Amino acid sequence: MMYKLAMSRVSDLLASFGKVIAPIERAEQVNFGAWSPEETLRLDVLKTVNSAKDAFFPQSEDIVHFKMEGKNIAIGMPEKPDEPFVLFGARACDMRALDVLDRVFLSEPADPGYAARRKNGTIVSIACARPAETCFCHAYGIDAAAPQGDVACWIDGDTLYWQPQSEKGQALTETAKPFLEECPDTAADAAKQAIREILDRLPLKDLTLDGWGGDVLMEKFNSEKWADLSRACLGCGACTFVCPTCQCYDIRDFDTGHGIQRYRCWDSCMYKDFTMMASGTPRPTQLERYRQRFMHKLVYFPANNDGMFSCVGCGRCVAKCPVSSHIVKVIKALGGDAK
Amino acid sequence: MQAIVDQIKAKAQELLAAGTVDRVLGWEAGELAYDRTPAVFGPAEALDGLKYDLFCAANLSKYLIAETKKEGKVLALLKPCDTYSFNQLLHEHRIRREGVYVLGIPCRGKIDVRKLAAMGMEGITGVEDDGTTLTVHTLYGDHTCSREEALLERCLCCKGKEHKAFDEVIADPEPYTEPDRDRFSMVSKLEAMAPQERFAFWQGELSKCIRCNACRNVCPACSCLNCVFDNPASGVSGKANVDPFEEQLFHIIRAFHVAGRCTDCGECSRVCPQGIPLHLLNRKFIQDINRFYGEYQAGADPDARGPLTSYTTGDVEPSVVSKGGAK
Repeated sequence: MMYKLAMSRVSDLLASFGKVIAPIERAEQVNFGAWSPEETLRLDVLKTVNSAKDAFFPQSEDIVHFKMEGKNIAIGMPEKPDEPFVLFGARACDMRALDVLDRVFLSEPADPGYAARRKNGTIVSIACARPAETCFCHAYGIDAAAPQGDVACWIDGDTLYWQPQSEKGQALTETAKPFLEECPDTAADAAKQAIREILDRLPLKDLTLDGWGGDVLMEKFNSEKWADLSRACLGCGACTFVCPTCQCYDIRDFDTGHGIQRYRCWDSCMYKDFTMMASGTPRPTQLERYRQRFMHKLVYFPANNDGMFSCVGCGRCVAKCPVSSHIVKVIKALGGDAK
Repeated sequence: MQAIVDQIKAKAQELLAAGTVDRVLGWEAGELAYDRTPAVFGPAEALDGLKYDLFCAANLSKYLIAETKKEGKVLALLKPCDTYSFNQLLHEHRIRREGVYVLGIPCRGKIDVRKLAAMGMEGITGVEDDGTTLTVHTLYGDHTCSREEALLERCLCCKGKEHKAFDEVIADPEPYTEPDRDRFSMVSKLEAMAPQERFAFWQGELSKCIRCNACRNVCPACSCLNCVFDNPASGVSGKANVDPFEEQLFHIIRAFHVAGRCTDCGECSRVCPQGIPLHLLNRKFIQDINRFYGEYQAGADPDARGPLTSYTTGDVEPSVVSKGGAK
């Protein structure tokens, strides 16, 4: 069943949902954040700077607090993230990225914070009306015109088309009924068609993952091309932090002066202290660190996850790498003959 | 512009063939209309990939720290503003001068792709430049805009066409004059704000920080082998913004650390994925230094002693701080 509502009523719809996380503009940048009617909703912006990942796997979260009380140590646990919320405006690539993260955080032992947020979140995705030159999700078999999600939406001019795709989506649709008007299932076909026409013209439309996958480990690992590819890399974490699938984290203690706040925060394999051990780092130069990131996405992850790549072609790293040393260059350089 | 590129390539070939240098540090094209990557080119025949155009904004000077540690001699293609960073790094003994041959190359300003996107030019597939106007081809049709509207912030306040360090210079037959805007105008605006208003401005900007360290890692003035923020023993290391104050601490300390050495190359703001105008912190320091110690441009002269690292009896008294800073 498909429904529609006027774009002018979207704010009223969101206001009826309780907690909403949506693309909002703050200080000229659009990121997913807690929406309220005072915020500037930017559904027209194709890609938030950070991805929808942050709603389920925040950059930093407390794990436990310790406080000395006399000779005893008081241990405090942070509150569980058990508030239901609606994530509004995820893209098709964001949705695939959650499949990747689910594999990591929901396999036993499941990550309690991530699992709670996944359970509490209902996701409304929106098809990409204006794909960008940096997009290559099609290389991973993702259809930007038909996003996954509890509810999928299409924006066509002043109309938003709404289609529930799961039980959670049905439940949300019930809540949203006062704002929705039934329409034929084919109502969004023109919007889908327009998107597919653009997808066919993308500069990266011919990009393929041929030559990559779980069974080419040593061939890729030993390629001589990594040295040239990694030379410009600054070793910053921009690519990893804007990435919707990068999932590595560090656990650190923060001395509050009165106790210890133990937190988990995103880490980046591009950093020189990544996986630092008592014996030192296993990746002493940027070449090894750079190789790690792409090998993880295009070889190690598929090797351990039934061939699923842990890149979704969102193109955020393509747009944000300070020196444009991005994954598309790697895919092409090493995709065929990797010698 | 193509004539200049041909000249650069011919000169590079000549220097490689003569054995003056054994490799070339420049830029290479990518997969899109604008994604240029700093690259080192080896033997003469591999220079085909060398690219120099509107999008070669990356300042190559910092790469010379690593490149001049190697044997042989590298040919570095430096734009006029890159030579300021080069001089500063020389002054700080971070570059081995004998390991580099500097070819000063002309610059007609570099384009900020994000400004194009902000003007609604999404899906960029090509950009043409006729000297005053840009024609931008996109998936959604063609657009035009004035060159000036699309220039990087640093190019709107261009330091000039003169290379401050070089072994040889390729002159521009048709030099383009960038707009000469007052680089301190936004700093003055911030200074004129009420403290609460100014605090809200920086709170809004810095709370976007994701601590990716791109600003620090690209900065030619940030050349410490181990940054205090990466050192767990320092007590201030931080991979995450535990609270909003943390990232303010990071950026303000970084601005203090590069004060007097920052050439205002603007790389920090260019690379910030969240669009934080970090150059404003640096320009505040530059303006204060100018007021306290007289006009000073870091990197203009490699032998100059910086105002913060030399003492004269005319220096301001520290009490100026408690009197509200520079007026």
